Amino acid sequence: MSFISVFDVLGPNMIGPSSSHTAGACAIAYLAQKMKSGVLREVEFTLYGSFAKTYRGHGTDRALLGGIMGFATDDVRIRDSFEIAEERGIVFRFIPDEKETDIHPNTVDIRMVNDSGAVMTVRGESLGGGKVKIVRINQVQVDFTGEYNAVIIIQKDRPGVAAHITRILSDRNVNIAFMRLFRESRGEKAYTIVESDNRLPEDITEKLLENPNVQDVMLIQP
Amino acid sequence: METIDFKNAAELLELCSRHQWMISDVMKQRECDLSEVPMDQICHQMKHVLDIMKQSAAAPLKTPVKSMGGLIGGESRKLELHRNRGKNICGNILGRGIACAMAVLEVNASMGVIVAAPTAGSAGIVPGLLLALQQEYHISDDRMVDALFNAGAVGYLAMRNATVAGAVGGCQAETGVAAAMAASAAVELMGGEPCQSLSAASTVLMNMLGLVCDPVGGLVEYPCQNRNASGVANALIAAEIALSGIRQLIPFDEMLDTMYQVGKRIPYELRETALGGCAVSPSGCRFCH
Repeated sequence: MSFISVFDVLGPNMIGPSSSHTAGACAIAYLAQKMKSGVLREVEFTLYGSFAKTYRGHGTDRALLGGIMGFATDDVRIRDSFEIAEERGIVFRFIPDEKETDIHPNTVDIRMVNDSGAVMTVRGESLGGGKVKIVRINQVQVDFTGEYNAVIIIQKDRPGVAAHITRILSDRNVNIAFMRLFRESRGEKAYTIVESDNRLPEDITEKLLENPNVQDVMLIQP
Repeated sequence: METIDFKNAAELLELCSRHQWMISDVMKQRECDLSEVPMDQICHQMKHVLDIMKQSAAAPLKTPVKSMGGLIGGESRKLELHRNRGKNICGNILGRGIACAMAVLEVNASMGVIVAAPTAGSAGIVPGLLLALQQEYHISDDRMVDALFNAGAVGYLAMRNATVAGAVGGCQAETGVAAAMAASAAVELMGGEPCQSLSAASTVLMNMLGLVCDPVGGLVEYPCQNRNASGVANALIAAEIALSGIRQLIPFDEMLDTMYQVGKRIPYELRETALGGCAVSPSGCRFCH
């Protein structure tokens, strides 16, 4: 666990009104857009629990839309994110789902469609105080906070892929803080999330893709 | 060299006395050691925090804005006009303090930029009291930055050893902790000793013990804004008590744990769910439907 910084206490610097319903929502969408490829054309947000009940008064909708366009939690453009998204030709929808109750109270599913029609869905939870967690990418359960420099690798569940990943990282002198592996089912699609204290070199993406079982690589740096 | 860190107020005071440091010195050094970021950069970052606080505490005094939920807007300007007419009964420090605190909540509720301190719903208290003191006593920004590190130390202990979430511990965990932070920082700003800072923080938690979180419509507007004003008053009272040399029977660590234990026993309906308290009063309910 990382330490509690004085700027976790006096912070985040954020657009109000709620660290969980506004800043947290923005942070989840911000992480989601870093994972997608191409240019965003369409986005659909399904809101659960307290998000579904109070999203308008908390500006959760504007914050999600701002985050998906890459706005940080203290970006004043969040207030006008509807207008900005329209100008950019992004189609957006919000669907409150108050029926699903077996879920963290501040949860959102984000379904993104890019300019080549590729679809990606990300589920995030807002944990309070602006802290967030990505718990699902497409259909795979993951656990990822975005607090560290991270690389997410989408791969086939085959022998040797993890060794390939660690070798590339070790060649570039990356010290791994956390490394976790998730998979849909045996032999199918799997995800590796590697987090590091230091900034990851950009060219590892190319190197990681050299293995034919590696399908996609996403670098997510704070 | 040793890494500066502390787990509770007793260890914090021990570090203060061993190094002859103020609480702010310990917190700054801790931040440097644990984040491995140089001191000047950390102070620069805190100056940015101070700047946001100043802006959010000042803007609505001139130009009021309506909140997203429509429950608040314009309160701080009324208070400021009232004070300027010489009619206020709180005096300058408290009068300014509550106007600034309510201003920050207006900015927050209208999607402006604020610093969560420690939360968005309690963001007015630390800037409210400290900025009022700065204006009254012409305190430099450098000393204000130090005061914020002091406040940060108290808030860190609450986050580490209790909670600052209204959903977990009620309003006492949000505005209560914010006021404890403000009181402690005010004591250091006015020349008090580290033990007096923590004594003031302890007094605040005692005086705000049990306060429930019952936002009308589930929004961070009402009664949150009023409670930020009352947080400033509580902080000011506690700082005055500590600075006069009065000592508290119950130390901060124990009071923090007491607050946490009480918080966990606050019914679910009174912990940010909008199912009890002000939120279900007839007038509060009328707003929701």
